[in-house]
Amino acid sequence: MATPAIPRERDLRLDLFRGIALWLIFLNHIPSNFVAWVTSRNYGFSDATEIFIFISGYTAAFVYGRAMSERGPLVASARILRRAWQIYVAHIFLFTIYLAEISYVASSFENPLYTEEMNVLDFLKEPDVTIVQALLLKFKPVNMDVLPLYIVLLILFPPVLWLLLRRPALALAASVSLYILTWEFGWNIPSYPSGHWYFNPFAWQLLFVFGAWCALGGAERLAPALRWRGVTVAAAVYLIFALLITLSWHVPGGSRFVPGWLEDHLYPIDKTNLDVLRFAHFLALAALTVKFVPQDWAGLKHPALRPAILCGQHSLEIFCLGVFLAFAAHFALVEFSGGAGMQIFVSAVGILVMIAAAMLLSWYKKSEGRRPVSPSKPPDADLAGGEA
Amino acid sequence: MRGWIGALALLCAGSPAVAQEPARCAVPEYLVLAEQPLPRVAAAAQARQLNIAVIGSGSTLLSGSDGASAAYPARLEAALGRRLPSLAVKVTPFAKGRQTAQDMVKGFPQIMADLKPDLVVWQTGTVDAIRGVEPDQFRIVLERGIRIVQRARADVILMNMQYSPRTDMLIALGPYAVTMRVVAQQMGVPLFDRLSLMRRWSEDGQFDLYAAHRDTGLAKRVHDCLGKAVAAMIASSGAFQGVTPLAPRVQ
Repeated sequence: MATPAIPRERDLRLDLFRGIALWLIFLNHIPSNFVAWVTSRNYGFSDATEIFIFISGYTAAFVYGRAMSERGPLVASARILRRAWQIYVAHIFLFTIYLAEISYVASSFENPLYTEEMNVLDFLKEPDVTIVQALLLKFKPVNMDVLPLYIVLLILFPPVLWLLLRRPALALAASVSLYILTWEFGWNIPSYPSGHWYFNPFAWQLLFVFGAWCALGGAERLAPALRWRGVTVAAAVYLIFALLITLSWHVPGGSRFVPGWLEDHLYPIDKTNLDVLRFAHFLALAALTVKFVPQDWAGLKHPALRPAILCGQHSLEIFCLGVFLAFAAHFALVEFSGGAGMQIFVSAVGILVMIAAAMLLSWYKKSEGRRPVSPSKPPDADLAGGEA
Repeated sequence: MRGWIGALALLCAGSPAVAQEPARCAVPEYLVLAEQPLPRVAAAAQARQLNIAVIGSGSTLLSGSDGASAAYPARLEAALGRRLPSLAVKVTPFAKGRQTAQDMVKGFPQIMADLKPDLVVWQTGTVDAIRGVEPDQFRIVLERGIRIVQRARADVILMNMQYSPRTDMLIALGPYAVTMRVVAQQMGVPLFDRLSLMRRWSEDGQFDLYAAHRDTGLAKRVHDCLGKAVAAMIASSGAFQGVTPLAPRVQ
């Protein structure tokens, strides 16, 4: 069977939207940040995580699919696993920063109003257990759920990619089946000290594999359907519906306008298991985006979009930096001032730091004689592996 | 750097870190509006005898020798007494630290049988969020608890978590707060949104909830306002109509 055509050019839209998703994730990670009101999760069912995981699947297939068809499954699998290892190391690095922050909170916080909340620091009494559980990816503090999901998805990716290159429809069907079985039987990975993974890899793999499938020719197969007017209308109607429902949560008394039978059908909208409503919301967003932002859109070259594209091209580094910056922003809000002015200030500074770091990383790559994005040249698999 | 950020902080008007705390409790009406009626409370008010159980975890308690009289259940009793002098109001707290919703529900049948309350104010969510209890399981337990209370012929008000800016990077309250809102909505019981109310107090500079030091005065003032706000929510259900002249607003 012939391997599907892997596009030779990097799609700048992916970098753009992944960059924007990274900014939104950063804003959402700063607690009680009113700037987070601009983020997509307040206007629909899905949020930046869906965008991030889908595009990560897409780029992983784009980069390692090429490696697999040119250098063989062994080399490609080794590269994928090396990538998973890099992400694991990054996750543990973030965990160290997290430990530092909460040890600081533990040593200085004695407001009697919050005796109960201080119990969250109990695990510091057993650092041996906690650190080992963190190394096993079972103990995952708040905001540190995405990278473990990404690690598991990458570890399982080599056979998926192998199948995607040979029988894409079968691979996608297997992914959908796993998703359905997960919902049917409640499969998930246990967490420490209790509960399960916040992002269930068995459910979220659907978005990742779907992204990979799109990268390996699926997008072209879907293109005729996306040009059809009915799809556009349906997507727009669904997005408006989701917007109204979401607004009913945030507007005081808004829940009165949602009829009970509808609530019974809709709720709970399960983020852990990638609720169908969330997946559909992401699909609707993606359908409209693909329709109204074509790949050759001149605006993609505009300097104003350059910062977001740069951030999207260094997603792992910028994601980790964003998690760290969210800790730092929270620290600043708690230590100096939690006012609205300060929230705007830390949000803006955080995004500027992310952009500056992305520019620095691009400069490093250029100075090493490799160009991160070159529309004329085919992407260097090893280099692009740094962005998958 | 620090001085510079400090200067910036001073520029931010209404910043909680620098604001003075006014003595009054400002409670935006929409945050304590009971959208659902409380028929058992209304019946009890007609009979001039209102019996309330407050079931909760550590954030329903205050430490110290006068903690019990300063915590919000006692302040609720005082606030209702002021609103309705002609009514015999009794508020009995059942609070113990580190209790998940499930731990509390185990005690529900006993409490309902012994006390026969007209209203149960059920404060929960924090411990479940800290322990990372499965949100689905949390939802099922909430529904079960509410059904037990309703079957024992009492009304329910759910109360969610405290707003705690210093620990909100550490505890993922979000999914649990959403679950509580959804369950309250679906089962037709009012949700006392302590999280939004306290966040509002923090944003308006009414209370400096960022404070790290041991300040029992602050904790007592917050609990006093919480008690008054719960009283306002009960009154907003219309249960006291025609009982006694109502106080015009939350004091």
